[in-house]
Amino acid sequence: MKQYVSVTAKFDADGNILPLKINWDDGRSFDIDRITDIRYAASLKAGGAGIRYTCRIKQSEKYLFLEDNRWFINNEKEH
Amino acid sequence: MRTILHSDCNGFFASVECLYNPQLRDKPVAVCGDKDKRHGIILAKNEIAKKFNVKTGEPIWQAQQKCPELVTASAHYDRYIRFSKLCREIYSDYTDNIEPFGLDEAWLDVTGSTMLYGSGESIAQEIRHRIKAELGITVSIGVSFNKIFAKLGSDYKKPDAVTVITKENYKDIVWYLKASDLLYVGRATERKLKQLGIFTIGDLANFPLPLLRKNFGKWADILHSFSNGLDFSPVMKADEVSAVKSIGNSTTAIRDLENFEDAKIIFMVLCDSVCRRMREQGYRAKTVCISIRNTELYSFTRQKKLDCSTNLTSDILKASLELFKGNYTFDKNIRSLGVSVSDFEPDTVSHQTSIFVDEKSVIRQEHLDSALDKIKNRFGNFSINPCKLMFDKNLSGFNPKEEHTVHPVGYF
Repeated sequence: MKQYVSVTAKFDADGNILPLKINWDDGRSFDIDRITDIRYAASLKAGGAGIRYTCRIKQSEKYLFLEDNRWFINNEKEH
Repeated sequence: MRTILHSDCNGFFASVECLYNPQLRDKPVAVCGDKDKRHGIILAKNEIAKKFNVKTGEPIWQAQQKCPELVTASAHYDRYIRFSKLCREIYSDYTDNIEPFGLDEAWLDVTGSTMLYGSGESIAQEIRHRIKAELGITVSIGVSFNKIFAKLGSDYKKPDAVTVITKENYKDIVWYLKASDLLYVGRATERKLKQLGIFTIGDLANFPLPLLRKNFGKWADILHSFSNGLDFSPVMKADEVSAVKSIGNSTTAIRDLENFEDAKIIFMVLCDSVCRRMREQGYRAKTVCISIRNTELYSFTRQKKLDCSTNLTSDILKASLELFKGNYTFDKNIRSLGVSVSDFEPDTVSHQTSIFVDEKSVIRQEHLDSALDKIKNRFGNFSINPCKLMFDKNLSGFNPKEEHTVHPVGYF
């Protein structure tokens, strides 16, 4: 399921974008503890393609995608 | 020897739609034009729909007869342009010699990159893997020593495949293909070739050239060299913009055009778009061509040369309407109209004025056009328009300039 989410991100001086926190609709927010991989990738489950951040959030690994200027996640793990 | 790749995105529009709608992926899908705007034909189909013999260009109802479960998706050109650009970015990691052929196809000359990235085949495989992983669509790539065979290679095995055609094996692969698979062998040429007993590309390659010349004139040499792998045309560089030969727009109107006033509305919108594009690119044109298609789908074109080259909307419109009046009597209603201009000269060179034309009024028109251009660029296409277009907003409510998409141009 493709789910667009609100994200707090950091733009560094070189123009790189790093997500810091995912803000859920119900008010909860999750800090991204670590980003282990950044690459262009398609999400066949959610349906879309963009820059894929592999994020470690509280011991679990999630893919966060930046497509144009919207962020989305898919709840199931791919590949 | 050159190493040339031809990459072809499989069912491009349909693949992109399937990527964005995962629930469609296992169903026969066709991307269609807007039925209500009477653009209801199949633009692209996925592999499953292809098995039902759904063809690009046929009307939706006909495709649905062949395949009742067919899911029709509407087209999203912004997505296709984005994916086309992303594909090109991947290609540009391997070479700067990229020549696009429409949105979904491109030739790549990787001759200079083989020392860095390995053989043509390994580059093709890498591109294929990357596009699948990064963009979620599939490509088929042909690898060969000329552009024509590379294109045949990309058509040879679909989807998601790489075909290598070398000087050693081309006779076993290419020569068994139908002559109509060759670029520039269309329906008419195919029919003529069949009359000569030429059915495959091999037949064509081995056919005596003088006899071929008798039937096809100068095209004989081209067909002969294409079929024998003797095509030496270079792959254009990505940043090399080929000189524009013509600028045109056409549209299928939202309803049939019944009289001259209807046609005039369409011509006004088309000429406005064509002339704005011409001015943006810095040209003046000397030839105006119109195309007309009636409700019986019979179409024809008429063109005329102007006394002096111009980029004024009013001049081009006047010429188009003259052509139209002189060549159409409304015995049938009209389905679609088109305007194109050609025979360009740059608008920076000074041009011959005419003693029969009031040059002051020309300058006034130029100022008017440039003011209108500025307003439209800043506030949008519909921000300012001639009063006439307001009478029938349904008919005039299309924007050929922005809805315009790039279609494959000729090979030469």
